[in-house]
Amino acid sequence: MKVDFNIDIHHLPRVEGHGDIRISVSDGRLAEAKWAVVETPRFFEMMVKGISAERMPFLTSRICGICSISHTLASIRSLERAMQITPPETARIIRLLAMHGETLQSHALHLFFLAAPDFMGTPSVVPLLHTHPEVVEAGLLLKELGNELSITTCGRATHPVSLVLGGVSKAPSKQRLAEIKQMIADRKPMLDRATEFFMTLPVPEFVRETEFISLRDGESYPFIGGNLVSTDGVVRDENDYLLMTNEYTVDFSTSKFTKVSRESSAAGALARFNNNYDQLYPQAKEAAAAFGLQPVCHNPFMNNVAQLVECHHIIASAEAIIDQLLDEDLTEISADYNPQAGAATGAVEAPRGVLYHHMETDETGKVVKGDCIIPTTQNNANIHYDLRALAEQSLAEGKGEKEVEKLCEMLVRSYDPCISCSVH
Amino acid sequence: MNHLGFDIEKLKIGSFDFTCCEGCQLQLASRESTLPAFLALLDIRNFREISSERSDDYDIALVEGSITRQDEVERLKTIRSQAKVLVAYGSCACFGGVNALRNKFPQEETIRTVYIGKEIDTMPAAHKISDFVTVDYSIPGCPVFKEEVERIVVSIATRSPIPLPKYPVCVECKQRLNTCLFDLGEVCLGPLARAGCDAVCPSGKTPCLGCRGPADGINYDSFLQLVQDKGLSADEMREKLAFYNGFEDYLNHEG
Repeated sequence: MKVDFNIDIHHLPRVEGHGDIRISVSDGRLAEAKWAVVETPRFFEMMVKGISAERMPFLTSRICGICSISHTLASIRSLERAMQITPPETARIIRLLAMHGETLQSHALHLFFLAAPDFMGTPSVVPLLHTHPEVVEAGLLLKELGNELSITTCGRATHPVSLVLGGVSKAPSKQRLAEIKQMIADRKPMLDRATEFFMTLPVPEFVRETEFISLRDGESYPFIGGNLVSTDGVVRDENDYLLMTNEYTVDFSTSKFTKVSRESSAAGALARFNNNYDQLYPQAKEAAAAFGLQPVCHNPFMNNVAQLVECHHIIASAEAIIDQLLDEDLTEISADYNPQAGAATGAVEAPRGVLYHHMETDETGKVVKGDCIIPTTQNNANIHYDLRALAEQSLAEGKGEKEVEKLCEMLVRSYDPCISCSVH
Repeated sequence: MNHLGFDIEKLKIGSFDFTCCEGCQLQLASRESTLPAFLALLDIRNFREISSERSDDYDIALVEGSITRQDEVERLKTIRSQAKVLVAYGSCACFGGVNALRNKFPQEETIRTVYIGKEIDTMPAAHKISDFVTVDYSIPGCPVFKEEVERIVVSIATRSPIPLPKYPVCVECKQRLNTCLFDLGEVCLGPLARAGCDAVCPSGKTPCLGCRGPADGINYDSFLQLVQDKGLSADEMREKLAFYNGFEDYLNHEG
C-alpha cells in the first residue's frame, strides 16, 4: 500500500534540550528524515575569553545540568595539562569517584525517567509509580546513590564545588566515606532488580554499521584522559581531538555535526563498551552476557543496555576506590601552581560520551581561547543518518505512521542526547 | 493532599526552559527520598524534560533560563498569560546568569567566533526574564537548592507564601563553623550574597560567587574596603561579582 505522511515532532519530550524530528513519506517512500537541533546557542567559547583559569571549571560546569562534573573535570584536565600541573594521586581518585556518581545518576535518570516510559507505553515515569512501584523505587535509589557519591566527593551533584585546579579543595570525611560504602552495599540489590526489569523489555531490531569513538588507556575502563580510539582502528593522541571530530555546520541545526572515517560516528556508553570491553569488572561482563551484548554491537538501541552494564562496573569500581581512600590519610589533596601560558586538550568520558575541552592560557593564567566539543554534537550526524535508515527499514516492514513515529522517538532517546549541552 | 486536616487541591504546574543548562529542572527530580511526597502535591501539566504530556492548563509556571532569542520572548509571554503565578527559578532566569558574560562582546564577533560563516538568530545580550514579563516569585541559585524549591512550592500549595532569607551567605557559613575564606586569602562573596544555599560553596572551601544575587541591605562599600584592606585582588573580586550577573547594578554604579 502506498502511503503519505509527515512526522513533525517539535521539541521532542523526555530529552535534555530542544530538538525536532522531521520525517516525510511520499508515495510509500521516504522523502526526508532529519534530526534538527533548534536549541538557542549560549556562546560559551566567547564567554570563556578573559576568565581566569582558576574560575574556568566553575564556568564550563554550567554548560550542562546533567553532566556538570564531566565538564568541570574536562576543563581542569585541559588547564592542568596546559599549565603543567600534576594533581596528587588522592585527588585523582576522589575526582574519579565524583565522576562515577555523576555517571550513575545520569544513567539512572535516563534509563528510568526518560527511556523506560517508551517501553511501558506511558507519557512519563509518574504512572509507573503506581503500576511498577518496585521498579521506580530501584531507579530512585540508584539515582540517589549516584547523587550521594557526588555530594560526598565534591559537595554537590549538579555544579560541583570542590573540584579545583591542582586537585580538590576539600577531601570527604572518612565517616562519610564509610556511610557511602554501606549505602552501596545496601543498594546493590536494586541494580539486580533493575537488570531483571530491563531484561523483560524488547529491544527493537535495528542495525546500521557505525564507527564508535571513545577514550581508551588500556589499563582501566576510561573516564578521565587517554588515547582517542575508534572501532575502525583509528588511534590518536588526546591533543589531536580536532582530527577525531572534524566539526561542520548544517543549515537545519544549531548544533554542529562531526565525522571521522565515515559519514557519521557515535560516542557514549555503547562506544565505550565496544572499545573497552576487556577493561570491565567481571560483574559488568556478566550483566552484558545476560543481555547478549557483545562488542562490537551496532544496534543503537543497545546503548540503554550498555548504560546498565556500566552501572554494574561503576558500583564495583566505586567500592574499590572507597576502600583505597579509607586506607589513606587524605591530607595531600592539591598541588600548588603558578599560572603560565600554554594550551592543551582535556578529554573525559561524560555519561553520553567523549567530551573535549581545549583551553589556551596567557602568562597570567587567563584563558584567551577555549573550544568545547560535546558528546551529543558527535552523535548528531549518527542520529540523523540512523533516523533515515530506521524509517526506511520500518516502511519496508510495512509499519504505519504511529509506529514509525514511536520508533524514531525511541531511537533518539536511546542516544540519551543532551541537546542544550551540544549547543553550548 | 491533606495539610493540617484540610484537603488541599493539587497544584497544576508547568515547568519551562529557555536558554540554560536545564540543571535547575533536574533538581526537581533530585532529593529522591522526598520525591514521591513532593510529586503527590503536584499535578504536572507540562514538563517536557520528563514527560510527553503537554497542556496549557496550569496555575503555576516554573521558568528556567535566560532569554536570548525573539521567539523565546513570545513563548515566555504566552506562558505568562496562561499562568496564575510565574516563578523565575535559577540564576539565569533571575539575573541572566553566566550567559550574560557574553553581553560585553559585540554580537557579530560572538557569532563569528563560535559559528564562523553560519547565520545565527540571537539577541545582542542574554536577558533575565523580568525584562519581558512580571515575575511573582524568584528562586535564585545555580543550581536552585531543592529544599528551598520544595519549601516554596509547598508554601504556595498551602497559600502561605514565605520570603527568601534576607541575610547573607556569611550567616549560614558561620552556622556551619567554617573557617572564613577571607582568612585563607580568598575573595568570597559571602558577605554580599543572599543566603538560602546552606553556604554550600564555602563549606567545600571554595569562595561564594554570588549565584543568589545580593542580600537585603548589603554594605557594598564596606565589602570593597574589606577586599582592599586584606590586600586581595580587585580584578578577582570583579570577576566574581560579574559571574552570574546578580550584582550588575552595583558594578554598573561603580562604573
